[in-house]
Amino acid sequence: MQRYTDVICSFCGTLCDDIEVVVEDNKIVDVKHACRIGTAKFLASNDYEHRLLKPMVRKNGKLVEVSLDEAIEEAARILKDATKPLLYGWSSTSCEAHSVGVELAEELGGVIDNTTTVCHGPSVLAIHDAGYISCTLGEVKNRADLIIYWGANPMHGHPRHLSRYSIFPRGYFRERGQQDRELIVIDVRKTDTAKIANKFIKVNYGEDYELISALRKVVNGGELREESVAGVPREEIIALAEKMKNAQFGVLFFGMGLTQSYGRHRNIDNAINLVRDLNAHTKFVIMAMRGHYNVTGFNEVLSWQAGFPYAVDFGRGYAWYNPGETTANDVLQRGECDAALIIASDPVSHFPRKSIEHLARIPFIAIDIHPTPTTQLADVVIPSAIAGIEVEGTAYRMDAVPLRLRKVKEPPEGVLSDVEILRRILARVRGEEALTAKAEVAK
Amino acid sequence: MSGLILKNGYVYDPLNGIKGEKMDICIENGKIVEEVSDAKVIDCSGKVVMPGGVEIHSHLAGGKVNVGRMLRPEDHLKNVYPKTKLTRAANGYSTPSTFLTGYLYAKLGYTTAFTAALPPLMARHTHEELHDIPMLDKGALTLMGNNWFIMRYLKRGDVELAAAFVAWLLKAVKGYAIKVVNPGGGEAWGWGRDVRSLDDPVPHFDITPREIISGLVKVNEMLALPHSIHLHANNLGRVGNFATTLETMQVPNGTKPARERQVLQLTHAQFHSYGGDSWKNFASEAESIAKAVNSNENVIIDIGQVVFGDTTTMTADGPMEYYLSSLTGLKWANKNIELETSPGVTPFVYSKRSPVSAVQWAVGLELALHINDAWKVLLTTDHPNGAPFFKYPTIIAWLMSSKYREETMKEVHSAAQKNTTLATIDREYDFYEIATITRAGQAKSLGIQETKGHLGVGADADVAVYDINPEEIDPSRDYKLIEEKFARTSYTIKGGEIVVKDGEIVKVVQGKTLYIDARVDESLEREVMRDIDYYFKRFYSVNLANYPVQEVYLTNPTPVQIDATNVR
Repeated sequence: MQRYTDVICSFCGTLCDDIEVVVEDNKIVDVKHACRIGTAKFLASNDYEHRLLKPMVRKNGKLVEVSLDEAIEEAARILKDATKPLLYGWSSTSCEAHSVGVELAEELGGVIDNTTTVCHGPSVLAIHDAGYISCTLGEVKNRADLIIYWGANPMHGHPRHLSRYSIFPRGYFRERGQQDRELIVIDVRKTDTAKIANKFIKVNYGEDYELISALRKVVNGGELREESVAGVPREEIIALAEKMKNAQFGVLFFGMGLTQSYGRHRNIDNAINLVRDLNAHTKFVIMAMRGHYNVTGFNEVLSWQAGFPYAVDFGRGYAWYNPGETTANDVLQRGECDAALIIASDPVSHFPRKSIEHLARIPFIAIDIHPTPTTQLADVVIPSAIAGIEVEGTAYRMDAVPLRLRKVKEPPEGVLSDVEILRRILARVRGEEALTAKAEVAK
Repeated sequence: MSGLILKNGYVYDPLNGIKGEKMDICIENGKIVEEVSDAKVIDCSGKVVMPGGVEIHSHLAGGKVNVGRMLRPEDHLKNVYPKTKLTRAANGYSTPSTFLTGYLYAKLGYTTAFTAALPPLMARHTHEELHDIPMLDKGALTLMGNNWFIMRYLKRGDVELAAAFVAWLLKAVKGYAIKVVNPGGGEAWGWGRDVRSLDDPVPHFDITPREIISGLVKVNEMLALPHSIHLHANNLGRVGNFATTLETMQVPNGTKPARERQVLQLTHAQFHSYGGDSWKNFASEAESIAKAVNSNENVIIDIGQVVFGDTTTMTADGPMEYYLSSLTGLKWANKNIELETSPGVTPFVYSKRSPVSAVQWAVGLELALHINDAWKVLLTTDHPNGAPFFKYPTIIAWLMSSKYREETMKEVHSAAQKNTTLATIDREYDFYEIATITRAGQAKSLGIQETKGHLGVGADADVAVYDINPEEIDPSRDYKLIEEKFARTSYTIKGGEIVVKDGEIVKVVQGKTLYIDARVDESLEREVMRDIDYYFKRFYSVNLANYPVQEVYLTNPTPVQIDATNVR
């Protein structure tokens, strides 16, 4: 029996790093401190019945088990034969895998994009326009006396966000924890997070932008003439604006309720500027509630290697970035890509039908830890080890704090890490000798 | 690896006192040697040979640089290089991609570079980016001027514990030196405030910038670290800030350096040498600063030269970036980092038509020209704050030609003439002095002069060969040629291998990463670990076990061993 402490949970962008895991006979038998979702992810790594274990290639319309070499060979062939392959997914694997992915995309002249495109893509666009006034989560824990969640429901999406960083913990300047802080939730419905808030403000669906603008008007000394804005009475808006101005350290966490509702990047642009306005009065910061545990890491790696955070097209031999043109759904819906590699993501479950129709028409490779609708539709399926449980690597928390993922158990026999799989594909794309001699499996 | 002989070049090697003598440089196994038998001969006749350039202060890598990239996609539509068989696709002007950063430095003849500001909590990120910068040996100046541990220890007068903490921190984050940015101001920015003088107390910590600086000077010399403390003083960029700067230079008075170097490097001094009392009468005080440097044995500066154009400013001085973005109205990024620091980023344009930009441009050159001893001046642009680093050739040409300065002055706002002394200076740098301010001085300041910044036997074989014939070229007149030739080497040699030929990359190599591994007294270490443990459990958002950076992130990790067990 082996006990591991300080393990990092590779599920959501909260990236809790205080998990204890007990392993017996290469099975995780106990998980401490993690939330229910995180615990389930750790325990699910034992369940080989629901894991992908064998590489598969589609022959005569059916996926059949093949050797790893054959699967790698076929994957490389599909990518090499393509004019413009799409390399998509990435948010649930390590930065080391991202790095090889960028090199592969460059080698192929393909498009590389991650799930940012369907979550905080609008936030990224807003950052291009307005900036990003933020902090690390420990700053919130030590200083914040006013915490606002807008269009985010961490009780469900990031279960330990509230207890580790925002409302509950005791901090250096907030010795009494929750009693020293105030929680406000702004959303279209009374979520479970709203239920524990000091105040819940219900905003009309699709009218967040108007509410932000009204707040900015009051913060900047303007007079609000409307009786109510976005369903919120004037007095309540004025009171909220005053509360924000008078906080010692305020933070606005926002989720996909703000990025993916009417207004999208304009909402975020406006919210960032609200925070900027507030900085003339007090300390105020803003932070995106990033979902997948390493969605942030992909943005970081692609930015330092290719200059742009997502949706990069290497078709010209250099990085070209134009969200709306080079984003995964646009490339798919225009029928522009003629092959794809999907890794650590399940777009068939989540993308619009029109995108999936094109994906179904083209040959594509899926690399994942367990079967998904995407792997079922793929032409080549390669099983991979779970980063953060079965292999090490790097991941970036939602506030871009980078952590080293730990390995607590061995992957299933014959199953390689995403990094190793991608390296082998890259080598075969380049016509280099297969790397199989080095290690048939990571035993 | 077979040897190389660089034959018959004009060698400028200030650390060995060689001033343009015709010599052969022999290379074997990555080192400069006395002689070599089996060697490829490179004819360097009619060419200048210098040690590989050493960059001491450049925002090369890390969270802040990447925030700059995310903030400014427009910056990456410029300076675009498609992928080749040898090199990666690369882009970016003021915040080049990691690959491009390595390639561009190599083309300038630089072989070593230190990133200016590593925030400890984000150290892994900085090292991930450094890992992806080819062609260079690397290191990271580590931010400590607003660190809670350090401020608390210094307030209590526990200099020994502060030293033990610094030793632990450098090893944990694989850092190289103590960097101090707006001491106290970074912590005040946690509440949206700043400190504006050396005696402004830091909110809640009840310590002053003066105490932080003098304390860290003591710590640095107790540990006898290779580099001195590296200080970005308070009030950067503010009108009339020269008074603070002069006062700051006096803080370490009476301190004896533990090694043969300064005790204080005042970084990007250009941004700290301003007079006047409003933007309307903004003027240069470079001459007063230069005088103070001339008469102070303890202090050297790097310039932080401004070159006109568009750039991205980035610094761990959060309040300053907010102030700057409030002046310009341009987009602004900020990131307070728990217990440690608070960086910010905002774009900026240095315009020839702006009186302020014109004065800033002149101030940097004035400093370099008024300070008599070239060993006290290091060439930097505080990349990318004053300008991208690949503008160095232009600055070299300005320093070598008063005519070029005059020509430029005609194009810029008359404030450069009225409010500075630049027009009155005739001094022109020679090649020896250029070699001093671009490599020898840097190496000496960093304490790596045994192996870097010179061409004596035993040095690392890092060499730059420029297609300049000092007997034929008159830099004063042929300044355009100087600018052109310093921009692309004939050869850059890194660790004994030719990596650039005629301005093109011919080989991609991975350099070393230097960091400090200082050993302190065991009982002192135990005591400091108790505090570290306590603080991590309560106030950090990561566990202590997940904080230190593993060596796997470093290319060719090269610890510099320091025995500081006498500190107790």
